[in-house]
Amino acid sequence: MMDRNVMIVGELVEKQLSPVSRELLGGGRRLADTLGEALEAVFIGEELAIAASEACVFGADTAYIIDNAKLAQYDAELYVKILARFIEEKRPRILLFGHTFQGAELGPRLAFRLNRGIATDCVDLSVEPDTNKLLRTKPIYGGMAMAIFTSEDFPQMATVRPKALPPAERRTCSQGNSVPFNLDFGGGSPRIRFLERVTEEVAGIKLEDADVIVSGGRGIQGKEGFRELDGLAKLLKGTVGASRVACDSGWVPSTLQVGLTGKIVAPKLYIAVGISGASQHMTGCSRSQCIVAINKDPAAPIFKQAHFGVVGDWKVVLPAFMEKLKSLG
Amino acid sequence: MNIIVCVKEVADPEAPDDAFCLDAANKVLVASPKVLRVLNPFDEHAVEAALQIRDKTNARVTILSLGRKLDRVVAKKPLLMGADQLVLLEDDVFAGGDSWSAAYLLATAINKIGDFDLILCGRQAADSNAGQVGLGIAELLNLPSVVAARKIEILDGNARVERVIGDGYEVVEVTLPALITVSNEVGQPRYPAIKNIRIVNQIQPTIWASRDIGVDPSHIEGRLTLSALFQPVHEGTCEIVEGETLQEASEHLAVRLRSERIL
Repeated sequence: MMDRNVMIVGELVEKQLSPVSRELLGGGRRLADTLGEALEAVFIGEELAIAASEACVFGADTAYIIDNAKLAQYDAELYVKILARFIEEKRPRILLFGHTFQGAELGPRLAFRLNRGIATDCVDLSVEPDTNKLLRTKPIYGGMAMAIFTSEDFPQMATVRPKALPPAERRTCSQGNSVPFNLDFGGGSPRIRFLERVTEEVAGIKLEDADVIVSGGRGIQGKEGFRELDGLAKLLKGTVGASRVACDSGWVPSTLQVGLTGKIVAPKLYIAVGISGASQHMTGCSRSQCIVAINKDPAAPIFKQAHFGVVGDWKVVLPAFMEKLKSLG
Repeated sequence: MNIIVCVKEVADPEAPDDAFCLDAANKVLVASPKVLRVLNPFDEHAVEAALQIRDKTNARVTILSLGRKLDRVVAKKPLLMGADQLVLLEDDVFAGGDSWSAAYLLATAINKIGDFDLILCGRQAADSNAGQVGLGIAELLNLPSVVAARKIEILDGNARVERVIGDGYEVVEVTLPALITVSNEVGQPRYPAIKNIRIVNQIQPTIWASRDIGVDPSHIEGRLTLSALFQPVHEGTCEIVEGETLQEASEHLAVRLRSERIL
């Protein structure tokens, strides 16, 4: 059958199915059920068996694996070439990527190769009832507005923001199966050569995994202030984040940036200190279960999205807040 | 060497949200007249990256921008920063469109410019937030691409690029010609220099309409359709915790979070 089924392009983290892939399977399953079609996954790389079987446990009816030692290192040009051949043969109706550093590159390149449109960094996907078109909702203007895109041709493509879709639940018994997909992807010398990866992760809990994030912005005014935020984060067994201004000013490494071009986080508690709440920052933290804002300016937009707020100088607020927490035990 | 930097004119993304008004019927976000037109911030970083290369290699930097009735003050800013040449793709038929049509028009113009070793773009635009045009140009011109560069060095027909990834960066080497998208980590864009004003005044921008780059206006169509535009609703239920003094308010916050079992 032509132009049927929902296909996700899976990714691995240390040979396991990545969290974003699980979210794609969760969102993809709803689309597939609405359409009455199958949910499929494709993996490219090396040693894909674990991730592919996990994809089946998490709802894929079929997981295709394109497994080759030559594909161990991510190579956008080679991966796009392979995906183009694969998609032309399988012809899915819908094709989804995570909006990760790989997916945000592979998705658009593949779309242009296939002469198709793609909506990037989508936060919601659904099927339009009468037409069966994929409705792709994505933030624009840094989250100030949301746009819903459609397209005519297949596959209907999107990259999906991490943590936007509910992750798939584990099925008690996996009905799916892994299928190797063999193709000759040729040789030739690559135009992009990987040299090294430098990890700059700061010690402690990763932003994406933290239950509590204490984030600082322009109002923190310097490195010293971030040390105080770090103290609060440690007390709450959380970690420190930052706005783009704080990163660009060199107060903290850019890997701590929360927002449109930084990390997308959804902790239980997000404490925004000296952050005005520009759309491009809020789009990175708006899915937090609880947002607490501490800001001198009562008119700061952050108070429109926060659940609790204190209006005042954080240098006064933080010590009193921490002392009280300690005394509450 | 020749570097082409693609830049986009946008409504100032630093303007407050209430300076924009949603026209849902026409599916556009309308900026109030007080909102400035500016260069897309990531594109300014791309100009900076080009000038950093130029400082070391004597490269020639050409700025390419696409739109309808482009603001000349905005378009000339990269020249004041130190770029050498300006090409404007300007035509009424260039209004609208999407990432696909923008990449197609820019790629067609780049082909007409012809001589280039490196194309730089910002990693994404502040209005569309799509991050597609650079990749699309690369695909249409069959060039290798590297996304979100924080540092670019030119070595012997190759570019050595540090690309930002989630928890650090990767170092890759890419054969030129190539397309690289630039991230803000590349460094603060330099200020427009007063001393460049006289030089800039002598630079005559090249202005091309659709016919100049051999594009049939009927072929300039996007691949996506905007079916609706809406603004997210914020509940506006922020509980401002107060007290006799700021210290007391801060203590009350701790008590409130505890009583709500948030902490």
